Amino acid sequence: MNLKKTLAAVLAILVYGQIAMADDIRLAVTTSFHNSGLSDVLLPEIKADLDLEVKLLVVGTGQALRLGKAGDVDAILVHSRKAELAFLEGGFGTHRREIMFNDFVLIGPSADPAGIAGVKTAVEALQKIAGAKASFVSRGDDSGTHKKEAMLWQGVKGVGDVPTQGWYRAVGAGMGASLNTASGMNAYIMADRASWLKFGNKGDLTLLFSGDPVLFNQYAYLPVNPELHPHVKKELAVKLENWLAGPKAEKLISDYKIGGELLFTFNAK
Amino acid sequence: MLQSETAQKTVHNTILPLTLTGAIAKIRGKTIVGPINLTIGPQGFTIVMGPNGSGKTTLLRLMHGLQRISGGTVTCGLPDAQARVRQSYVFQTPIMMRRIVVDSIAYPLRLRGVDKKTARTKATDWAERVGLGHALDRPAPVLSGGEKQKLSLARALISGPDILFLDEPCANLDGRATREIETILRQAQAEGTRLVMATHDMGQARRLASDVVFMYGGCVHETGPATAFFSGPTTPQAAAFISGDIVE
Amino acid sequence: MNEITQGLAEAGRLIFSLDPDLLEIVALSLRVTLSAVVIASAIGLPLGAWLVVNRFRFRRHTIAVLNALMGLPPVVVGLVVYMLLSRAGPFGVLDLLFTPTAMIIAQVIIITPLIASISHQTIRDLWAEYHDLLISLSATRRQRIAALLWDGRRALLTAMLAGFGRGIGEVGAIMIVGGNIDHSTRVLTTAISLETGKGNFAFAMGLGFVLIALAVLVNLTIHSLSRTERASVW
Ligand SMILES: Nc1ncnc2c1ncn2[C@@H]1O[C@H](COP(=O)(O)OP(=O)(O)OP(=O)(O)O)[C@@H](O)[C@H]1O
Ligand SMILES: [Mg+2]
Repeated sequence: MNLKKTLAAVLAILVYGQIAMADDIRLAVTTSFHNSGLSDVLLPEIKADLDLEVKLLVVGTGQALRLGKAGDVDAILVHSRKAELAFLEGGFGTHRREIMFNDFVLIGPSADPAGIAGVKTAVEALQKIAGAKASFVSRGDDSGTHKKEAMLWQGVKGVGDVPTQGWYRAVGAGMGASLNTASGMNAYIMADRASWLKFGNKGDLTLLFSGDPVLFNQYAYLPVNPELHPHVKKELAVKLENWLAGPKAEKLISDYKIGGELLFTFNAK
Repeated sequence: MLQSETAQKTVHNTILPLTLTGAIAKIRGKTIVGPINLTIGPQGFTIVMGPNGSGKTTLLRLMHGLQRISGGTVTCGLPDAQARVRQSYVFQTPIMMRRIVVDSIAYPLRLRGVDKKTARTKATDWAERVGLGHALDRPAPVLSGGEKQKLSLARALISGPDILFLDEPCANLDGRATREIETILRQAQAEGTRLVMATHDMGQARRLASDVVFMYGGCVHETGPATAFFSGPTTPQAAAFISGDIVE
Repeated sequence: MNEITQGLAEAGRLIFSLDPDLLEIVALSLRVTLSAVVIASAIGLPLGAWLVVNRFRFRRHTIAVLNALMGLPPVVVGLVVYMLLSRAGPFGVLDLLFTPTAMIIAQVIIITPLIASISHQTIRDLWAEYHDLLISLSATRRQRIAALLWDGRRALLTAMLAGFGRGIGEVGAIMIVGGNIDHSTRVLTTAISLETGKGNFAFAMGLGFVLIALAVLVNLTIHSLSRTERASVW
């Protein structure tokens, strides 16, 4: 009898707990976007302005694209141009709207054994790391950051398409977890600036190289194709897009700073 | 209630006689008991006697269908499964469920679909009859050895069985409790229950038996009416057993 | 060392300030895992008992498989449940992905073999004791299972608590099928994983201590409840 009561109570919680309050939309975003802390600023404003609950799925770019393809989210916000275009070509999204960009930076031990601090280009920096066989941690998770990094390695001589040597550690994890690994190993790593600034476990690591235009990192918003997935919330996705590309978002993004540094540059048109 | 229902059984006792024909019990290829030819007639109080390890328990379990039969047959008026519903069994080592006394005694009725309240009322009745009225709410596993045997008896009788098998039900009881139990057994017999009981207590056997089965070395060594058995056993082993000598 | 003490302090702060976000996360953790335990028990306990009282051809194999499933990697379970519940999957129309219900489903799959296996072992001993009596009383299969489950309930509680332990500390599966959405599907373990990813070790540790405290609390509560239910222990 006691068991029956418990069961009934649990079922009640299950059923009633399910009822949603306001409109909601599922948005798959990259870890780097979420780790920057910008979402904590934007989401409450969206809720206030649009009465729209944005449910963030914080995943790697690869998984975000998969979720979009399967129709498990209503829109995605990612930063990997090539993959995004392929996504559109496959008919999985309606269009691509650029919202803002940030940049990638190279992080490494403060002693900088590979001596990348003064070089001119990102590829040159990686070349030095390869030459010194200094430990390098890669996301290795098919994320936007990882894709950008892999692209840069292609310009580096003597390592093939992507390094396979022992000093190159593909950890297959998110930005934070990878930074933790790099911090533990005192290794070089490529990270987005926002994640790096927000990261709380820096240890001996420090920012060694940044500023090469090739390191700019464009974020784009892609609504999932409602023709493929009739259940997606088309109108809400458009509503959210217009807000993200609008003046309120511009001001919030342009004002968002950590340690006095600007993290994102708004460039929506 | 129960008494009147059971009283009629004398007339329509379809399940008896119970007949064993060349019945054998083997355990891991080794014959423990048998072959046994024996008939439990429609009425009476059969006492099974014999030295330790002679096969009394195994014989009772064979008749009740608890021991798998390896050869021969055990037959009665009904198919095996149906027959067992109308039989009860009091085990040599009492099996106590993790329940309080009254619920333990009521359990066979609950299995038969009797509602909780009625079952408990009857169980309380039976608990009082066997002398457990003071311990209704006690967990069965904490009872004393003798109390456990009383509980087993009440649990066996509450369903008003046609046949009741008892495997040394008084082994742990004091003299007074033994007499009380014997009264209850006689009463059950009068109400139409057929009793088959294994015992080592010669006095008890003489007091209760209408006929005797003497087991020896896994076989029925001698069988017959009680008076004849006790006054003039035909085999030297039975004679020695009755006089209290060691049977080799 | 320093980070652990910071974690403890953080845990204390979180608990004593009754942080509303924390309460929400804790409530969801409990809701998901307790529901999963109840459902898994409703399946696993009778299954364990059924395997004891039934002799059938592949019984041993079934038990071996069940024991092996106890070690099922949660991530794999999560992935399979994700693919089933995904819009592209067979049950996509139910729209259960990234909801607490999906998390409960995943945990039920993870916990059920554990509860079934432990209860099977417990009930096997009780069955050895009850066997002759229940056969003698002509109890039906269902009645045998009921008697074994009811009389073994104290020991079976341990099986359920083991299931709770595995569920409350599980992260791999619920991360995938729940999505760790703030205010929606974020539970203690996924929050810990998130904070660790951000390098906020002290906060993550704090949540970890809250998790441990919660597990201890639930165990204590269940034990004290089950003991007061009957005055004497047997
Ligand atoms: N499961 C078993 N495995 C092996 N031998 C067994 C088993 N059960 C019974 N036996 C043997 O069968 C014989 C008969 O046993 P049974 O229990 O029927 O004797 P009993 O006449 O009831 O003895 P007691 O007076 O001691 O109760 C004994 O020698 C016993 O050891
Ligand atoms: Mg015996």
